[in-house]
Amino acid sequence: MFHLSRKDQIKLAIFALVVVTMPIWLAPLGAAYPGLMQKFAIYAIFAIGFNILFGLTGYLSFGHAAFLGVGSYTAVWSFKLLTMDIVPALIFSTLLAGVFALVIGFFSLRRTGIYFSILTLAFAQMCYSLAYSVLTPITNGETGLLLARNDPRVIDEALGAGTVGGAGLPTPALLGNTVSGYFGFYICAALLILAFFISQKIFASPFGLALRGIKSNQTRMIYTGFNIRPYMLAAFVISGMFAGLAGGLLSVTDPIAGAERMRWTESGNIVLMTILGGVGTLIGPVIGAWVIEYFENIFSAINKNMLNAAFDFLPDGVQNLAVTVLSKFVGEGWHLTLGLLFVLIVVFLPGGLVEGYLKLVARFRRGRGTKPEAGGK
Amino acid sequence: MNAFLAQLLNGLDKGGAYALIALGLTLVFGTLGVVNFAHGALFMLGCFMAVTFRYLITIEKVTTDPTQLSPWGQPLEVRAPIVQDWLGDFGLFLVDYSVPFSILLTIPVMLAIGIGMERGLIKHFYKRTHAEQILVTFGLAIVIGEIVKSIYGPNPWPQPIPSDLRSAADIGRWLGMEPNTLTYPWWRMIYLMFSLGVIAAVFAFLRFTTFGMVVRAGMADREAVGLLGINIDKRFTVVFGLAAVVAGVAGAMYTPLLPPNYQIGMDFLVLSFVVVVVGGMGSLPGAVLAGFLLGILQSFASMTEVKSLIPGIDQVIIYLVAVVILLVRPRGLMGRRGVMEG
Repeated sequence: MFHLSRKDQIKLAIFALVVVTMPIWLAPLGAAYPGLMQKFAIYAIFAIGFNILFGLTGYLSFGHAAFLGVGSYTAVWSFKLLTMDIVPALIFSTLLAGVFALVIGFFSLRRTGIYFSILTLAFAQMCYSLAYSVLTPITNGETGLLLARNDPRVIDEALGAGTVGGAGLPTPALLGNTVSGYFGFYICAALLILAFFISQKIFASPFGLALRGIKSNQTRMIYTGFNIRPYMLAAFVISGMFAGLAGGLLSVTDPIAGAERMRWTESGNIVLMTILGGVGTLIGPVIGAWVIEYFENIFSAINKNMLNAAFDFLPDGVQNLAVTVLSKFVGEGWHLTLGLLFVLIVVFLPGGLVEGYLKLVARFRRGRGTKPEAGGK
Repeated sequence: MNAFLAQLLNGLDKGGAYALIALGLTLVFGTLGVVNFAHGALFMLGCFMAVTFRYLITIEKVTTDPTQLSPWGQPLEVRAPIVQDWLGDFGLFLVDYSVPFSILLTIPVMLAIGIGMERGLIKHFYKRTHAEQILVTFGLAIVIGEIVKSIYGPNPWPQPIPSDLRSAADIGRWLGMEPNTLTYPWWRMIYLMFSLGVIAAVFAFLRFTTFGMVVRAGMADREAVGLLGINIDKRFTVVFGLAAVVAGVAGAMYTPLLPPNYQIGMDFLVLSFVVVVVGGMGSLPGAVLAGFLLGILQSFASMTEVKSLIPGIDQVIIYLVAVVILLVRPRGLMGRRGVMEG
């Protein structure tokens, strides 16, 4: 069960090393603080899960944010009702997101192409609208679901464990250790490595091969006697569970769950991350998630004064012009950069950053006179 | 009964907006085969054409009137729109009716934007997959939205209804009921008439002109039309421009009903995609039918009686209908087999 090919073992080892040493190599980039690194890990898990559906089967879901939202709410409810320990919270959020994915997938997968995309979008928008309106007792509407001191927390009560976190609000904990800062990051990192491992196993398995077969020629798969429905549903549920886990982790690192996590822009965001990195590749979605989270954080923090300082060496008029133009792209306007980046990537590099890298490698090798390797997806 | 009729009327104007956006989306899809997620952004640009037009014609000239004094003893400042200076009373009329007149600005600008968009970006995506088309136009929609945000700011821009049209039409009395039992605001009625007119114009254009005939032939078999020596690409570019104009005027006329901000395009886009899919990808009558249908259903679902029966139904009705129709009628109401299923 835990066997991997030699190549995959090396990949996993390198990946684990890169993730674990994140605090070191992110430091020169100015992003080595725990809150951001937690997000790096969480969104990478989300993207890996999304890639299992979109990358392997080619079914473009526009509703994955619903599972993220379900995971978040479940984790917070687990904190409120059962215990502040994160293990049950994460298990429940993964499972419940899986159940949601089972139901939504059961209906949505009856259709293909854009009809599938619209069906998933419709389900996700329903979840979002309901979370804002009728389900307010469960979701606490616009305020978002918060922890409170007088929550029941049955298990904590039964075990007689005092609330972790002293006088203030209780904080999520793992076996009595408060989950925050670097400890929180390493929990997310461990789960990310686990997610990567699972994704490797799926990619290398007959199951993954069948999914790829569905992507390249569905009709032929059906004609060869394959019943594709259970395969598709399994892929959809697995990818929904990854999203649920990511949602749960979002609540673990910051125990608030709001409906805006279910909005369709969030679904668009995850599509973006996957495409940017490289659809259907193992590492691509992770890179995409990191790049977007990094830019979101760095670009939105830049303001006019910083730009003025950076362009101080230019003559005044040019400096003003440069600052005026560039200030549209940073801070509040970083979405503009994101949109442009997105358009450029789709136009010039449809395979994402990973494909770009493979092309570069191929060109480099050709330059040295050896035969170029076929760029594997 | 009256409540029923009132909701029907309320749904019609919203349905008109949905139908117009869905019509443009379908037109682009049917001719170019491109799934355009930036269509909502075109609607939003249309809204801001109305905002810009009003802004331009209300630029004021400040003159001092020495014969009158302000309470502080200085000559009174008189502010008047420059157009009043130029055109006299017609200028004031123009300011009052800025929204309908803004169409004059909207049509050429949107035509130019549409053609530019098609030539500059979309034409490179004919041969790419639908997923890639969705993604690139999605990115484009973000870019357009952000540019508008950086110019007009994040807050909504309310536009006034022309002062003569602010009251409501007493439709009940026309139908022989008691006065004031069934009223319908004039502007909503105008919007409904306007959308029906635009829809009729588009259909007539495709039906009765040579240009429309060539476009329809191109929709059926692009290659054959090309082999006949007709430059079909050029015509399709114009069709894209036309779709942009339809979305733009739909937006410009809608501004008094819903103050636009930079997000209005995205909100309408999601809904109108649902509309298009419910109508059936590639079917123009289907898009119009589904637009009105969903508008009316949404309006019925927001009745208090219905809401108390099924709480939250007003929020999800459109999506619920979309799910049911797609599961029961796989290709939407009027879609053809094999479109967009790959």
